[in-house]
Amino acid sequence: MEFSLLRQKKSVELLLQKVDSLLESIGREVRIMEVCGTHTMTAYRSGLGHVLRKKGVRLISGPGCPVCITPEGVLLAAAKVVEEMENTILVSFGDMLRVPVDGKSLLTLVPAQNSSVKVIYAPEEALKTAELNPDRRVVFLATGFETTIPSIAWVVLEAQRKNMKNLFFITSLRLVPPPLRAILCSGDVNLDGFIYPGHVSVIIGSRPYEFIPEEFGVPGAVAGFEPVDLLLGVISVLQQICAGEAKVDIVYTRAVQPEGNPAARKIMDTAFECADAEWRGFGVIPRSGLVLRNKVLDASREFGLELSSRKAHEACRCGDVVKGSIEPEECPLFARTCAPESPQGPCMVSVEGSCLIHYKYGSVRWTGSA
Amino acid sequence: MCLAVPLKLVEIEGYEGIVEMGGIKRRVNLSLVENPQRGDFVLVHAGFAIAVINREEAEKTLSLIREMEQHS
Ligand code: SF4
Repeated sequence: MEFSLLRQKKSVELLLQKVDSLLESIGREVRIMEVCGTHTMTAYRSGLGHVLRKKGVRLISGPGCPVCITPEGVLLAAAKVVEEMENTILVSFGDMLRVPVDGKSLLTLVPAQNSSVKVIYAPEEALKTAELNPDRRVVFLATGFETTIPSIAWVVLEAQRKNMKNLFFITSLRLVPPPLRAILCSGDVNLDGFIYPGHVSVIIGSRPYEFIPEEFGVPGAVAGFEPVDLLLGVISVLQQICAGEAKVDIVYTRAVQPEGNPAARKIMDTAFECADAEWRGFGVIPRSGLVLRNKVLDASREFGLELSSRKAHEACRCGDVVKGSIEPEECPLFARTCAPESPQGPCMVSVEGSCLIHYKYGSVRWTGSA
Repeated sequence: MCLAVPLKLVEIEGYEGIVEMGGIKRRVNLSLVENPQRGDFVLVHAGFAIAVINREEAEKTLSLIREMEQHS
């Protein structure tokens, strides 16, 4: 399949012309939240974000960066595992381990005797690590949205099936639709539309967003991650505005069905149940997280770790960045004391963090090579 | 972290498969997708296939673009 067509300069520029004509009939600036950090990446790395802004479409990054919204309490619990529990390996995704807490990160802590921290790229590696180290405890700091949760769920169910006694989980699993409701209810950010996250939607489908057009009258589209995909999403939102309608459109039909991926969701539901959960920047959002059904695997219960809520670094504005209420450049630390080599908050650590993306690609202009 | 890439499934063995990209082969867990077939493109995220790419729908999007280009 010619996926390269979706990155081609000519295709993008033709779609931009379509954006122009739609904007002309709308006659004002349109503000669209792209919920997912990977969309922010598509927009900035190619310079398309700037092109759109000049034309009158402002893309606002939303809460779609798992590392960025994980609350400090979870990191502190993981830090306690590393520093205080002997004979233990903490495993997690790289970005998670680099987030600063009190000037340190999980990777720079001094581990307890015979303990260590290990970066993994795929959830299955947690299982392998536990199998290869039968005489040590392995604690998996498992974070993510619906895209990643089914894979983590599979690991949980495997651990259960194999009756493994040395694999435990600290979970910080979050669902994407609830914070969107929180954003709309708060009224802090003015929005004309949403670009919904393509890969979260592969799992959950488009139905969980239906409340947005129904209750709030806001248009939206589920889009993929090539420049053409992103523009098709923007165009769908503009078309809905022009037609005076609001729905959840899917422009990423090659990967997303309205009902999502039922097989993946079943595995997810078998391992986890819904619960209220804390988000950086938002506080507790009702029924926005998932927790283990099998409490025996729960490291926080098993080892008495408290997932206390605590206020983040005073000056870091990540909490506002993830809500879309400020741009990274509005944080007083941005590009001053906070930079990729000396991050002060998670949004400068994660590859999907708005601060890092703005820092790295903020000056990139569209040249046609995406 | 929600990055996923479409890769061609070249082998299936039980719940595991092999995907290929530019001659490099990688193992992928197929437990989350129903009925994947050899030759399918699967969307791979964190070592798991999370969807089988729908060829017809992919073609629809691509031909929409081709059509646009012809008319420009
Ligand atoms: S620039 Fe740094 S300190 Fe400011 S919000 Fe972003 S990550 Fe936090």
